[in-house]
Amino acid sequence: MIVVELVSGRTLDQGATVEEKLSEEYFKAVNYIELSEGDFKSLELKEGDRVRVTTEFGSVVVFARKGEVPKGLAFIPMGPYANAVIDPSTDGTGMPQFKGVKAKVEKTEEKVKTVKELLEAI
Amino acid sequence: MEDVVCTFCGSVCDDGEFDAEKKKVKKFCRLGSAKFSEKERIKAPMVDGKEVSYETAIEKAAEILANAKKPLLYGWASTANEAIRLGVIIAEKLRGVYDQCASVCHAPGTLAVIEEGLPGATLGSVKNRADLVIFWGANPAEAHPRHGMRYSISAKGLLIKDRKQRKVIVVDVRPTKTAKMADLFVQVKPGYDYAVISALRAILSGNADVLPSEVGGVPKEKLLQLAEMMKNAKYGAIFYGLGVTQSRGRDRNVENAIKLIQLLNRTTRWVIWPMRGHYNVVGAGEVPAWEVGYQYAIDFSRGYPRFSPAEFSAVEVLKRKDCDAALIVASDPAAHFPAAAVKHLKQIPVIQIDPFPNMTTLLAKVVIPSAVYGIEAEGTAYRMDGIPLRVKKILETSYWTDERILEEILKRVEKLKG
Repeated sequence: MIVVELVSGRTLDQGATVEEKLSEEYFKAVNYIELSEGDFKSLELKEGDRVRVTTEFGSVVVFARKGEVPKGLAFIPMGPYANAVIDPSTDGTGMPQFKGVKAKVEKTEEKVKTVKELLEAI
Repeated sequence: MEDVVCTFCGSVCDDGEFDAEKKKVKKFCRLGSAKFSEKERIKAPMVDGKEVSYETAIEKAAEILANAKKPLLYGWASTANEAIRLGVIIAEKLRGVYDQCASVCHAPGTLAVIEEGLPGATLGSVKNRADLVIFWGANPAEAHPRHGMRYSISAKGLLIKDRKQRKVIVVDVRPTKTAKMADLFVQVKPGYDYAVISALRAILSGNADVLPSEVGGVPKEKLLQLAEMMKNAKYGAIFYGLGVTQSRGRDRNVENAIKLIQLLNRTTRWVIWPMRGHYNVVGAGEVPAWEVGYQYAIDFSRGYPRFSPAEFSAVEVLKRKDCDAALIVASDPAAHFPAAAVKHLKQIPVIQIDPFPNMTTLLAKVVIPSAVYGIEAEGTAYRMDGIPLRVKKILETSYWTDERILEEILKRVEKLKG
């Protein structure tokens, strides 16, 4: 298990499939977490493995990828997977904290829920 | 057809070429090409999952809204100003809440503008004049792919003729695709933008000696270099993104950045502008601003508009369970809101107006499919810098426009409300 600072954000794949939210392409575009090479290794992961991401606000299973992020930082594309774990408090601004949430990441054998299953689970 | 206007991101590129036979667009980026490609649509209006006529769905929608004590009307960033105007009027008639996508995007910037104003410019001005462009917490290579080519990185301007004459800096928490195009990349620790901006203000006001050896993960030498480059620019522009508005500090980050720009403007020329996301998210704020005085988070429950994002933003309203119906237009809050807000959306009757099925469709009671502006319908949209552009109709469709649907809902609401 490692602890990371989690941020969410746009990607080209997320943008190109955002009007097809119920498609396989959108599912693939938003259902992963990018970890630094060091963090990826320390969890003994290989491409295609799954991890459970848990914050104070929720927990979600996503695929793990090596990404160009600094050690200790993790990135999930904006969308329902990121939003299952980001901080919903807005500090009076109306804006949830979509970026910068402490998250535990651990290897898991559980499956990644589909977009529909995610919504059902809320 | 030439000069087709793209209705995907806030850059609203207006130079596309559409091949009507192949139904393909040329010149646009991957996002624009995806926008203009054929994809799954909501086939017909639906009530409780059963297909019905437009009239029946609209009747049901009006009935739900008119019977609600406090409906939430949310979305509006991917539709035309003509439809948004009707949305604001309906919200007022219903004594409901009007909120729009910026409230989970760039709205903290609006709060900063209320405090500090906004020294801004059009994208054309940046293209022609800016010799230094900073992307702060923004990644246009993935979110606004042609912004750099048309306006801010490799754009060929009148005075700044090419990339060689323009320096580009990226400030971000990770080395993004945009960072790879930059002359200088400044990596900030997540949540430390405010501190880094304050450090730059300290340097520029002659107090560099008070700085520690590192601020927010950035070594002092790099901060001094950044400040020097900013001071020496003839015309500089900061484009900020959600890295600034969605992280710790939110509106205060933008406010601090505007103060930095004010300081720079004592000796040179600087502007600052948000990288707005959806093609007409500016309209979703400007239209209610010229209709009722506020950009978002507007409550009409007392019969007059009140603005308070802490209370009337969609996320706060939903978390507090303070709405008993929702009209969602051109948006997908079920996918883009935190789970704590989606929870209440699942409990209340939701009416959705959208061309495409999405996660909100899955929980909506009434679903009304609509035409796509810029492809099947014409209308007016504001580009990210506030320039209004007429988006075109290039294909025929049997889908109704958002404007027509909302007009019909308004008529029925007026009748029901008396």
